[in-house]
Amino acid sequence: MSGIPHDHYEPKSNWEKGLAKRLPILGLMYDTIMIPTPKNLNWMWIWGIVLVFCLVMQIITGIVLVMHYTPHVDLAFASVEHIMRNVNGGWAIRYIHQNGASLFFIAVYMHIFRGLYYGSYKAPREITWIIGMLIYLLMMGTAFMGYVLPWGQMSFWGATVITGLFGAIPFIGEAIQTWLLGGPAVDNATLNRFLSLHYLLPFVILGLVIVHVWAFHTTGNNNPTGVEVRRTSKKEAEADTLPFWPYFVIKDLFALAVILAVFFAIVGFMPNFMGHPDNYIEANPLQTPAHIVPEWYFLPFYAILRAFDGEVWVVIIAEFLTAGIVDAKFFGVVAMFGAIIVMALAPWLDTSSVRSGRYRPMFKWWFWVFIVNFFVLMWVGARPAEGIYPYIALIGSTYWFAYFLVILPLLGVIEKPLPQPETIEDDFKSHLGKGGSAGGSSTAASPAE
Amino acid sequence: MSLGHDKGGRETVSHAEDHSGDRRDFLYYATGGMGAVAVGAAVWPLVNQMNPSADVQAASQMRVDVSGVAEGTQLTVLFLGKPIFIRRRTADEIEAANAVELSELVDDNARNPNLGDDAEATDINRTLPLPDGTNAEEWLVMQGVCTHLGCVPLGDGAGDFGGWFCPCHGSHYDTAGRIRRGPAPENLPIPVAEFIDESTILLG
Repeated sequence: MSGIPHDHYEPKSNWEKGLAKRLPILGLMYDTIMIPTPKNLNWMWIWGIVLVFCLVMQIITGIVLVMHYTPHVDLAFASVEHIMRNVNGGWAIRYIHQNGASLFFIAVYMHIFRGLYYGSYKAPREITWIIGMLIYLLMMGTAFMGYVLPWGQMSFWGATVITGLFGAIPFIGEAIQTWLLGGPAVDNATLNRFLSLHYLLPFVILGLVIVHVWAFHTTGNNNPTGVEVRRTSKKEAEADTLPFWPYFVIKDLFALAVILAVFFAIVGFMPNFMGHPDNYIEANPLQTPAHIVPEWYFLPFYAILRAFDGEVWVVIIAEFLTAGIVDAKFFGVVAMFGAIIVMALAPWLDTSSVRSGRYRPMFKWWFWVFIVNFFVLMWVGARPAEGIYPYIALIGSTYWFAYFLVILPLLGVIEKPLPQPETIEDDFKSHLGKGGSAGGSSTAASPAE
Repeated sequence: MSLGHDKGGRETVSHAEDHSGDRRDFLYYATGGMGAVAVGAAVWPLVNQMNPSADVQAASQMRVDVSGVAEGTQLTVLFLGKPIFIRRRTADEIEAANAVELSELVDDNARNPNLGDDAEATDINRTLPLPDGTNAEEWLVMQGVCTHLGCVPLGDGAGDFGGWFCPCHGSHYDTAGRIRRGPAPENLPIPVAEFIDESTILLG
């Protein structure tokens, strides 16, 4: 499937042959699980499996929670407490689901940063990247709506603020906001539809994940060198790759085991570390908490949203040019969604012909500043919008856009890349090989005992 | 579980089948065993959460005030999601129930957990004794759930035997709630119950 020469499934027994004629499912499974995978993949290539695990874990625990949850403004908060106190093991299932969202986002950010550093978004993997960005957007929508369901103070006021973003759209914003909420404010209709969509979207994500995997199984995996697997002969392809099963499955499972050890320590001993105490107060439409903060995984974008107030010159210019239609509020919303859109456009904004950041001496620096900036935005997003913080947020937001719109296009022109290895096999040997003791060029595939 | 060798001669899985009883075998089975334990430990809470929750289990006792139940009337209460018939029977009903020989009954077990598994379905074994331990066979307390398929039988002398009649599939119960005719296999079950004072019955 990947265009990399490899052995295909051949039905042996009679029933396998019969099945293959009618439904080639075993061949599909074999080709998927045995896909030739670049053998120099490093530990940043484990996050895909972690993400699949998270999705399945969230779906299973979520289905369980819905068995006990009541989506009604008078009963939702109590039904969550019912889960925590009465349902057998309910506390564990809910805490796994709650912290599972955080693990999911840690994994997705690592996965995205991996793609940004090693140029996984570049041709021919643009479709994989775009689908990934869609999944990421759906994840954010799903997580946001899930956070509303316990009907605590943060749930309610988070929902009010975030749906208020749509109200900022000129002319039609208010109508859209009313349509989203099912009324003039967040109320029972909102809660009901959010549960419905929170249940639906993960299955949409699951479908997109299958397409995401299909896309990169068609192009083949990227790898830390960014050099393509040789497709000229099966022998050369086998010198560059190992089958996914068992080599990468075992590696991924080991990484997953380490991550889950930490995860369950958090679930068991500090389950509310990532949460906000205010959400254990039942929603009250008459009183807003003193300091509303979104969940940590939204903070960088929340910072970008707040960065563009009416005193920033681009906002003033935009407001002047559009005769006041684009005001500071709407500009912030556009900036927040725009931050994700420019990231999704990275395949076309990055002009460098070299994929991997490993061979791009200037890119490296800008990339790490981008990562640090991400955490700065996350930090400033949690601070109140006063004093020095809005300036930091503005600088961070500017860098975010500059990275994609200015730095990536320019670097491709001015940067002189380092020499890349000829093949993945060469890279593998120089990093991990047995010092060439294997002799021939194609025998390095023998498994380590 | 060995997938053997692919065409390039590479081993695609393990040596497990090539050498029996070596270190790799041990690791293979130990890993598989641990994996099975982990999966079991993960699945059990997902199954157990569907069992009755703590608040449901806590609702397993109920006190019923029967001071207002006159002779010849029936009080129906909902207990653990099922109707409980509490009938204060007339002398005629008691007489009719006692006139039945055990051999005439479809089910000769009293179905009374207060007396154990093998009490005979005599009228005195079906009825609830008063707080002082005497039993005038006046109080009949039973679950109003037909033993055929779970419908609620009609009362107040319904059916051919003057007791209860299930409208779903035509089961007739007599004045002691014993099955006499129709598809139901057993007498109406007696719940765990006792008089705790002159006018209060404790269910459960």
